Amino acid sequence: MSKFKQQFLAGPYLIWIVGFIILPMLMIVYYAFTNADGGFTFEYITATFASETNRKAMILSLQLGLICTGICLVLSYPLAMILNNMQIKNQSFIVFIFMLPMWMNFMLRILAWKLLLSKNGVFNSILTSLGFERINIINTPAAVVLGMVYDFLPFMLLPIYNSMTRIRKDWIEAAKDLGAGSITIFFKIIVPLTVSGIISGIVMVFVPSLTSFAISQVLGGGQVLLIGNVIEQDFMQGMQWNAGSGLSFVLMIFVIASMALVNLFDKDGEGTAIW
Amino acid sequence: MVKKCASRLYMFLIFLFLYLPIIVLIILSFNNSKTRVVWGGFTLDWYKSCFQDEKIMSAFLTTIQITFLSAILSTLIGTLAAIGISAMKKRQQTIYLGATNIPLLNADIVTGISMMLLFVKFMDLGFVTVLVAHITFSIPYVILNVLPKLKACNRSTYEAALDLGASPLYAFYKVTWPEIRPGVFSGFMMAITMSLDDFSITYFTKGPGVNTLSTMLYTELKKGIKPELYALSTILFFAVLFILLLGNVLPQKKAQRALSKQQKDL
Amino acid sequence: MSKHLIDFIDISKSYDGSLVLDELNLYIRENEFLTLLGPSGCGKTTTLRLLGGFETPDQGRILFDGEDITNLPANERKLNTVFQKYSLFPHMSIAENIAFGLKISKKSKAYINDKIKYALKLVNLDGFENRSVDSLSGGQQQRIAIARAIVNEPKVLLLDEPLGALDLKLRQNMQYELMRLKEELGITFVYVTHDQEEALTMSDTIVVMNQGYIQQIGTPEMIYNEPENAFVADFIGHSNIIDGVMLDDRLVEILGVKMPCVDEGFGKNKPVDVVIRPEDVELVDPADGYMEGDVTSLIFKGVHYELDVMANGYEWLVHTTKHVPVGTHVGIRVTPFNIQIMHKPESSDEKAVEIDE
Repeated sequence: MSKFKQQFLAGPYLIWIVGFIILPMLMIVYYAFTNADGGFTFEYITATFASETNRKAMILSLQLGLICTGICLVLSYPLAMILNNMQIKNQSFIVFIFMLPMWMNFMLRILAWKLLLSKNGVFNSILTSLGFERINIINTPAAVVLGMVYDFLPFMLLPIYNSMTRIRKDWIEAAKDLGAGSITIFFKIIVPLTVSGIISGIVMVFVPSLTSFAISQVLGGGQVLLIGNVIEQDFMQGMQWNAGSGLSFVLMIFVIASMALVNLFDKDGEGTAIW
Repeated sequence: MVKKCASRLYMFLIFLFLYLPIIVLIILSFNNSKTRVVWGGFTLDWYKSCFQDEKIMSAFLTTIQITFLSAILSTLIGTLAAIGISAMKKRQQTIYLGATNIPLLNADIVTGISMMLLFVKFMDLGFVTVLVAHITFSIPYVILNVLPKLKACNRSTYEAALDLGASPLYAFYKVTWPEIRPGVFSGFMMAITMSLDDFSITYFTKGPGVNTLSTMLYTELKKGIKPELYALSTILFFAVLFILLLGNVLPQKKAQRALSKQQKDL
Repeated sequence: MSKHLIDFIDISKSYDGSLVLDELNLYIRENEFLTLLGPSGCGKTTTLRLLGGFETPDQGRILFDGEDITNLPANERKLNTVFQKYSLFPHMSIAENIAFGLKISKKSKAYINDKIKYALKLVNLDGFENRSVDSLSGGQQQRIAIARAIVNEPKVLLLDEPLGALDLKLRQNMQYELMRLKEELGITFVYVTHDQEEALTMSDTIVVMNQGYIQQIGTPEMIYNEPENAFVADFIGHSNIIDGVMLDDRLVEILGVKMPCVDEGFGKNKPVDVVIRPEDVELVDPADGYMEGDVTSLIFKGVHYELDVMANGYEWLVHTTKHVPVGTHVGIRVTPFNIQIMHKPESSDEKAVEIDE
């Protein structure tokens, strides 16, 4: 088969891209910029920040997303270093162990935390049987953040770990040889060389935590309203497709911005290639 | 030494954080107690009633159907696409890979809504729409698994086979296929796990009456937790573990076997 | 000669239970170009890494200028290394790479800039400051690695097979560059290689190692002309190494033929190794030789022909400028002076020799 003919094998995929990726995106754009009668309007875009509910939800989503991303980064980075420095034969098995929860069904992971945190849940039962006060963390933003961190931690760990395994031992030795102590090595060699992993990790965690609605619904008990929840309500309860599309469009802009950020730092596609 | 202990401790704490919830779920699935979180003796009742629960079983069946159909179809389309893309010029490749990245990096909720908006124009939401949606977000994983293998495999060996009189199909089967097979296999596995894991996209593209395990769990969780769900979680956890071990161990074992065979031949 | 700069005292090192270095003793003099030469796995790289501070010995001490540096971390040692794989930092420009060590020792900006200019000039890469590492060829990267090391003005430069990844032509050019650099800088070079030609060309002193033991230390001439044992002889050049018996002073028997030689003091009827270099084997008329044989192969090598001659059950390797067709019946002669007699390995040190190629 010639190279030219071989290209046609991508044909079905091209149809798929146009039909089920590009066209749906255009639908969102269409609904976002029209009102119920089909007339052009900016109303639903501006509503993202103009409406009190939307603004609050947006701010809370950004806050929780940033907190969750920060926690994931702080937890993952040392872990990735430790895993990378382990000099045992079954290193890949240990890494597998830390990635395994990622393959558990998303809903089940949330279920587990609901079970642990609820009013009469496992934590509180243990606390009361030990004679301590109950903690009422369920249905608060803290519980939502906890659930997000639990759900998205591996998404941060994996790209950072991957970029760390690409640091050659002799670079570290060369730095030592030139007089660098461990702090200098960390900030001048290790961190710069893992930037692509950090950036993809941040995006991998920030995008889903910013846009999540199921975690906040289950662990927030309907009392933590994120932008995702507003969109869900617009579509599933209120039938306000234009308003929902407007918010979705704004979210899309956020996502595109972070994609651009990844491309800026990750020229070889290293970080995303693992997915 | 202190450093080593500290890092071991740190690893252990994260490990605990990741596995404690799962372990609790597994333990409670065998717990015979009305208050649920206090140990009331060993039982398999929840497993029994889990298999008798109509809602759970129908969601389970739908999940299996969607997962396997979408994995097979996305592997087919994705592998063909990867072969096509590998023959393209650099600029065309960039465009295709850019489009491939969209469902990977886009927020699930946006992907789900966008497809729902399209689907409702042409058909009723239901099994087919969920299937199409799953194929859409699975294809990129297949492509990203197959493409590196295609790049690694030398085109000149394929051309050499043609030169020796092989038909393109035969040359592909004999030369190219063995090299990309591991990539196709891991792409298929990835498609399966992604489809099993998905909630948001299914949630928006499904119609009334159609439920996968994820969406069924969501509705149930909003109401409260039934102990049958612990049993279901345990079964699913071990099922995923099994699939992953199969996916990870099988190719390795095969590689080892091939290696030892090669050594014998030498 | 000048004083000892570095002393290895009874150094032993093992990895995973296998001994890599066994009670190694070695000194390196100031301003010396010393080469550690040997096949892979002989312990030469480990010796260098111990000196660089990347490994610590299981036992023994390393002295630098009389000071014990055995447990001093690498970043506090006054020596710099040029690594086999260049090891340039990929996220830094050439100038940043070279400035790395200087910034750590908190030198002024002007000083650093001067040093970068000077070092790039020294390695013939002026104007490369802002290039990226990826854009350089292997040879260029290696020069930058050398520049990065020498700007710190180390007393000793360690080079771990720095030319191993380069092609032949480039390698030969770099050998002259290194010798010139050594001359200009006036510092000590410790060089690791498995390439005997490289070692013979550049070194003041060669340390031949095998299986964790030092086989011989000497000048290139000594190592080449008077190898102390069969391993050194074999490793330094392709030689004819034949089992023989020293019948008496100045008389040796090999392959059933008695030959006069110049060695004395081995005793009578003593088994020995006899080394005869291929260029020392003379092909003469069958009647005039010690033994007769037939040419079994002939390869043109440019400056000479390489022949195999089958005689008395041994395949002789012969270098000659004459064209002797395959099948020619010839006689073999060797001048007594060119026959080297060596003790058979006895001690454990020398036994290691046999296991190797």
